[in-house]
Amino acid sequence: MATWTWFHKLASPPHFYRIAGMLMPWFAWPAAILIIAALYGGLVLAPPDYQQGEGFRMVYVHAPSAWMSMFIYATMAIASAIALIWRMKLAHAVAAAAAPVGAWFTFAALATGSLWGKPMWGTWWVWDARLTSELILLFLYLGFMALRSSIEDPQRADRASAVLAVVGVINLPIIHYSVYWWNTLHQGATITKIGKPSITMDMLWPLLAMMLGFTLYFGAVLMIRLRAEVIRRERNAAWLREELAR
Amino acid sequence: MSLSDFLHMGGYAGYLWPAFGLTLFVLVYNIWSARRSLAEARRAAARRIQMEENRS
Repeated sequence: MATWTWFHKLASPPHFYRIAGMLMPWFAWPAAILIIAALYGGLVLAPPDYQQGEGFRMVYVHAPSAWMSMFIYATMAIASAIALIWRMKLAHAVAAAAAPVGAWFTFAALATGSLWGKPMWGTWWVWDARLTSELILLFLYLGFMALRSSIEDPQRADRASAVLAVVGVINLPIIHYSVYWWNTLHQGATITKIGKPSITMDMLWPLLAMMLGFTLYFGAVLMIRLRAEVIRRERNAAWLREELAR
Repeated sequence: MSLSDFLHMGGYAGYLWPAFGLTLFVLVYNIWSARRSLAEARRAAARRIQMEENRS
């Protein structure tokens, strides 16, 4: 009972607007520190790879971007499902706020992957399962945003885009397992292999720090975007007048 | 290791640095774009409130 009261209070626009503003720096600063430490660890401290030489350092921007592309989509799909089931407006706002950030990380994953593929595989692009499913992820993000902006009624835009986000979640396991289900050029998992990760600590910690840093960075951006969403959805409430007068 | 060795990245400089630059751009751009979106939402809401006050 107490949890429910707390939950509803959290989800009330003025309360949430304040909390999001308070949380933002707690995401942003650790993110900045982790990303800078990971850059130093990845570019300077980590030894060159025995097969790929210095070229393997691409992993420090490629893998975290790819991780974010999927993490943000999962966030969007879960928020959309919650919004559809419990008719929670704030959850629709989370999905709407997350989408553009996810699209940018998907683009970064594809572009850095292309820049990695050229020297290692000899091609910028192949239509293999991993690359194609990641490209479909980009189209899902763009479709989600296009659908939202094409429907004028905000509530209908929320519902329709939420359904798209939930249906599109099927693409996530396809991306993840594509390297096992099909013959692909793309290498298999480095960290999440059964048993020990196949990578030395010097190489591993900057990668994990970068992934955590990107995830916290997303938290910070999401808080800013959510505040904008909350304001856009609020119709002339007293708290908003007060807040804007500040 | 000298600075030029570092920048050369064992011959992968032409691939690595654009990738790191692009990722950095995506990080900076998304913060900027989110902040702009918040500022715009605040301005739009302020206009809306102003109009309603003028009407009444």
